[in-house]
Amino acid sequence: MKHTSKLADIALLIGFAIVVALGPVIFTPIGAGYPDLLQKFAIYGIFAIGFNILFGLTGYLSFGHAAFLGVGSYAAVWSFKLLSMDLLPAVIASVLLAGLLALAIGFISLRRSGIYFSILTLAFAQMCYNMAYSVLTPITNGETGLRVLRNDPRHLDAAFGYVSPMPSLLGLQITGWTGFYICGAVLVAAFGLSIAIFRSPFGMTLRAIKSNQNRMGYTGYSSRPYLLSAFVISGMFAGLAGSLLAATDPLAGAERMQWTASGEVVLMTILGGAGTLLGPVLGTGLIKYFENIFSAYNEQQLTAMFAFLPDGVREAVVKTTGLFVGEGWQLTLGLLFMAVVIFLPGGIMEGINRLLGLKHTPKVKSLGDSPQRDGLGEMVIEEMPPSHGAAEADKKVAEQKNAEKKRAVAP
Amino acid sequence: MIATNDIVLHIDHVHKTFAGLHALADVHLDIREGETHAIIGPNGAGKSTLLNVCVGVLPPTQGKVMFHGTELTGLKPYEINQLGVARVFQTPEIFGDLTVLENVMMAMLSHRDGAFRLKLVSRFDEQGEIGQRAIQALRDRGLGGHIYHLAGALSRGDKRRLELVMGLVQKPKLLLLDEPTAGMARADTNATIEILRQIKESGMTIVIIEHDMHVVFSLADRITVLAGGRVIAQGVPDEIKGNPKVIEAYLGEEQV
Repeated sequence: MKHTSKLADIALLIGFAIVVALGPVIFTPIGAGYPDLLQKFAIYGIFAIGFNILFGLTGYLSFGHAAFLGVGSYAAVWSFKLLSMDLLPAVIASVLLAGLLALAIGFISLRRSGIYFSILTLAFAQMCYNMAYSVLTPITNGETGLRVLRNDPRHLDAAFGYVSPMPSLLGLQITGWTGFYICGAVLVAAFGLSIAIFRSPFGMTLRAIKSNQNRMGYTGYSSRPYLLSAFVISGMFAGLAGSLLAATDPLAGAERMQWTASGEVVLMTILGGAGTLLGPVLGTGLIKYFENIFSAYNEQQLTAMFAFLPDGVREAVVKTTGLFVGEGWQLTLGLLFMAVVIFLPGGIMEGINRLLGLKHTPKVKSLGDSPQRDGLGEMVIEEMPPSHGAAEADKKVAEQKNAEKKRAVAP
Repeated sequence: MIATNDIVLHIDHVHKTFAGLHALADVHLDIREGETHAIIGPNGAGKSTLLNVCVGVLPPTQGKVMFHGTELTGLKPYEINQLGVARVFQTPEIFGDLTVLENVMMAMLSHRDGAFRLKLVSRFDEQGEIGQRAIQALRDRGLGGHIYHLAGALSRGDKRRLELVMGLVQKPKLLLLDEPTAGMARADTNATIEILRQIKESGMTIVIIEHDMHVVFSLADRITVLAGGRVIAQGVPDEIKGNPKVIEAYLGEEQV
C-alpha cells in the first residue's frame, strides 16, 4: 500500500465538498432533502469525524463522548446568553470548554486501556449527565433545559448595538438552507482537518499505537501524550458539533449527554468504517436517515405503498414490514449493524472498497520468504483474492520453488 | 567502580529476585565502546532478565545499570531508547498493521523529534526526507521488495531484519540483540551473521544474547557466561572455549 498522494487527498476533499454542496439535490429522491435533517447529518458527521480520530486511529474506544457534545451545547447557549447571538464566540467557547473537559477526563481515563478505559469514560459521561440534572442545575437549568431568553444580557451584542432573534453567523441567520450550508461548510473543514491529521506524523503515530503499543516505548515514543492529544482533539470536535446543535436549536438539554448518545457515535463510526476517512460520515448519514425517515413510516403509509397487493396478502405484508419501521426502526438498524459487523468488519467502507476493487485485504500469513530462506515450514501462503494477479504469480513462484526443493532433496 | 569514558554500559552488582527465585545474583559487567559482547548461558541462566533490566522493563532488586554515566534504573523504556539504546527482540515486535516503510519511518521520527512532538498537519509520507531515507535503509538491507507490504505479513526472518533496520536507523550508541538467529535455518543464520559483522565493523557497540555458538564465536570480541543467574566466566572467545567451568555448565551439555 503506497501512501495516498497529496493530489488524491485534495481531490477527495473537493469531491466531498461538492457532495455536501449538492446535498439538497442528492438527498431529495430518498426523502431526506430538507434542511433540518441534512443539518443533522452534517453536525453528527463532525461528531463522528472527531470520534474517529480517537477510536479509528488509536483503537481506544471511548463510551463517553456525548459528554463533550453536551458541554459544547451548554457552552454555546451560555455564549448566546451572555456574549452574543453570533456563532463564532459560541464555537470558541464550546471547543475550549469541551477540550478542557476532555483533558481532565482523558488524563484520568488514559491511565488504563481496553475495556477499563471504555468503562472509565462511560462513568465520567454518566457523571456529567447526572450532575447536569442535579448539582449543576443553576448552570444547566436541569430538566427544563437551557434556553436563550429575550432579556439575556448579551454584552458583546449590546456593545455593538446588534440585535438578532436567532443565532447567526456574521449576520446570516442559522435557519433553513442557510443553516445547512453553514453546518456543511464546517463539516467540510472538519473533514479536511481529519485528512491532514490522518496523513501527519501524529496520525501515523496514533496508528502505530493501535497496532502495537508495547513497541512504542522501545521505539522511543511516550504514548500517553499522543493518546491524550487525540482524546482532546476528538473532544474538541464533539464540542464543535455541540455548539452547532445549540445554534440550530438553541435549547440545550442534558439528554444530549446520555450514554445512548455516546453509543450512537460508536455505532456510526463502526457502521461506516472505523479508521477510514469517509466511513464515519457515511455511518452518520445512514443512522440519522433511519432515525428520521424509517421511524416516520406509519401503517397508513405502508398500506398505501402496498395498495397493489390483494387484500389478504396486503395486511400480512403491512404487519410484517410494520415491525421494521416506525417504532421498530431500531430493529432494522440493529439487524443492519449485525450484518455489517459480521460480514464487513471494516464497515461500509470495506464494502465499497471491495466493490470498487480498490483495496484487497490479502488473506496472507506470510508473503513468502527472501531468497536466502529455505523455509522450515514457514512458507505459508494462504488463499488470496482471485483477482489479485501479482499474488497469483507469487504463489506460482513459491510452488515452483517448493517443487525444485523437493527435486533437490530426492535421491 | 567509577565508569570510565570508554565504558558504554556498566552493570553494577545487579540482583533480581522473582518471589524468592534469584534470577540474577550479583551480576557485574562492563560493556566497552565499540565491542561486540556476547552473553551466553543455558536456558534459565538469566540472560533475558539481564536484558530486561538493562532496558527498563524490570527494575533490579539491587544494584544499578549505568549507560554512559546515566543511571538507567527507574527510567521508562522510551527514555532509555531516547538515550540511544536500541533493542531487537527475540520474537519480532513490529507495528504489524503499518507498512514496512512506515515501521522504519516511525523509528526515524522518534530519533528526530524525540518522545513526543505534536505535528498535526504536516504531511508525512514517502516523498519526504524521512521517507526517502527509510526506503534507502530498507533497500540496503534487502527489504526493498517489501516496502509497501504490511509488516505483519512478513516472514519471521524478514520481521527480524525489519526490526534490525528500525534499530539501526536510530543510530543507537548501544544495540541490544536478543537471540537474533533463534529459529533460523543455517543459510539465514549465516546471512544474519554477515549483516551483524557489517554493523560491528561500523564501530557500533553491540550486546548480543545468543544460543548458537557458531554465531557467538564468529562475532563476539568478549563473552560473558551466565549460569544460574551468576557470571561464571568472562573473557575473549579463546579463554571461554577452554574454560572447564563453561564446558561443564554449557558447552558440554550441548555436545552431549
